[in-house]
Amino acid sequence: MSTETAIRARGIRKSYGDLEVLRGVDLDVASGSIVALLGSNGAGKTTLVRILSTLLTADEGTATVHGFDVGTAPADVRRSISLTGQFAAVDEMLTGRENLVLVARLRHLRTPGAIADDLLARFSLTDAGPRRAATYSGGMRRRLDIAMSLIGDPPVIFLDEPTTGLDPQARIEVWDAVKDLARGGTTVLLTTQYLDEAEQLADRIAILHRGTIVQHGTLAELKRLLPPTEVVHVEKQPTLEEVFLSLVGPVPHHEESS
Amino acid sequence: MTAYALADTRALTGRSLRHILRSPDTVVTTAITPIALMLLFVYVLGGAIDTGSGGSYVDYLLPGILLVTIASGVAYTSYRLFLDLKGGIVERFRSMPIARSSVLWAHVLTSVVANLASVAVVVAVALAMGFRTGASVGAWLAVVGILALFTLALTWLAVIAGLSAKSVDGASAFSYPLIFLPFVSSAFVPTDSMPGPMAWFAEHQPVTSIVDTLRALFAGQPVGGGIWVALGWLVGILVLGHVLAVATYRKRIG
Ligand SMILES: Nc1ncnc2c1ncn2[C@@H]1O[C@H](COP(=O)(O)OP(=O)(O)OP(=O)(O)O)[C@@H](O)[C@H]1O
Ligand SMILES: [Mg+2]
Repeated sequence: MSTETAIRARGIRKSYGDLEVLRGVDLDVASGSIVALLGSNGAGKTTLVRILSTLLTADEGTATVHGFDVGTAPADVRRSISLTGQFAAVDEMLTGRENLVLVARLRHLRTPGAIADDLLARFSLTDAGPRRAATYSGGMRRRLDIAMSLIGDPPVIFLDEPTTGLDPQARIEVWDAVKDLARGGTTVLLTTQYLDEAEQLADRIAILHRGTIVQHGTLAELKRLLPPTEVVHVEKQPTLEEVFLSLVGPVPHHEESS
Repeated sequence: MTAYALADTRALTGRSLRHILRSPDTVVTTAITPIALMLLFVYVLGGAIDTGSGGSYVDYLLPGILLVTIASGVAYTSYRLFLDLKGGIVERFRSMPIARSSVLWAHVLTSVVANLASVAVVVAVALAMGFRTGASVGAWLAVVGILALFTLALTWLAVIAGLSAKSVDGASAFSYPLIFLPFVSSAFVPTDSMPGPMAWFAEHQPVTSIVDTLRALFAGQPVGGGIWVALGWLVGILVLGHVLAVATYRKRIG
């Protein structure tokens, strides 16, 4: 892993009206690493990803992606990134293959057809390729969505909850694709609700809570934050879930739970 | 803008033209209401209308019907734009290094193609109903040019509506007044048959000058100074609509 910083955020603040979502987020993502951003529903993960991918302007603070400032050089940032948003953004009227070809053409690549066929194969969509995306299951749509993001090999990739709604097999396919990317030197910032996903994939984990990154480190570092288990006769590693819950408190499933 | 703006617009226009090809019903639906109006006016009301022109009523009527076709057809453009915004595909395009303007231009160009296709359907029906024209090739080109300009002008208004709409219905509701305008113009009856204030409005609103110009072109008559009034309106609405649409896009999308 190189020590270069692919994503650097400093003091990012963002409010929607009176609702302060981000209150000074600092984050560094080393080039070629995978960082998982954890946080409860509504913590602001999507907001942060949208700011870093130039879709949203921060109220305060600065961020650079691949060395370019998101505020002053958004076009350069866009050339360096690719985003898979939280909700699949595919064109349902087009076939899976046409979706891929379209993105390849918009990225001005030479052989859009070959690129599309290759990605269809990588994401087990070859058979579905000639069918309209409207006929796809949720998981197939998600895989197509992620495949569209890989076109053009951008050095930095944002994945907002890439595996939500996928079956275990499809999840593993996505994980493998993400690991491949990192092996190839791509920097990945992904958000997830699944702690095991963060454990599986991420070199480092950042926890977003009450508008700031409350912890950022490797899984081992985060696990050390918990006091060792007191009962001696059961040898048990704290899971990331326990670390997460102890840091953010019990998940506030307020309205529904009572 | 980027050197790729044209290539991007071409790729995105290809995409939305595919949408049209895969839902040809939108082209047909656009043509149905104007065709029904044409049948109604020609076969039911036409006998009682004195245009004072001597020609057949369908010849008199067609230019206005074509404008009604386009005015209702552009609603599909707002609709498609609204769905794109809602479906998140616009977000995807925005996070990519593509020329921002190409997203709008693709919808606008597609609108011109789709509306001219609907217009062709309506003209075919009119021909079957006895519409005849002695227009030269040059006059036909002028007719197509004016209709394309009219489509462009209304499409930019449709873009504003699609960008600002909160619901699917809201996205297309803006076209109702546009469809209504030809009724208060020289499209169906001569303006001098209307009461004073109404006649004044009809004579000074854009549709009348456009309809009169199209009618003269179809009839192979000189268009006179009216064409400049028509072009003035068209270019004026086009420029204003474009400026407002781009401003709305910036505000909504950044
Ligand atoms: N456009 C908006 N207008 C007003 N409030 C918003 C807007 N977008 C997000 N919010 C609010 O900001 C907060 C953070 O939202 P965000 O989508 O970033 O959270 P998240 O961490 O991605 O949540 P989830 O895990 O549910 O996807 C939420 O309370 C949300 O309601
Ligand atoms: Mg989210």
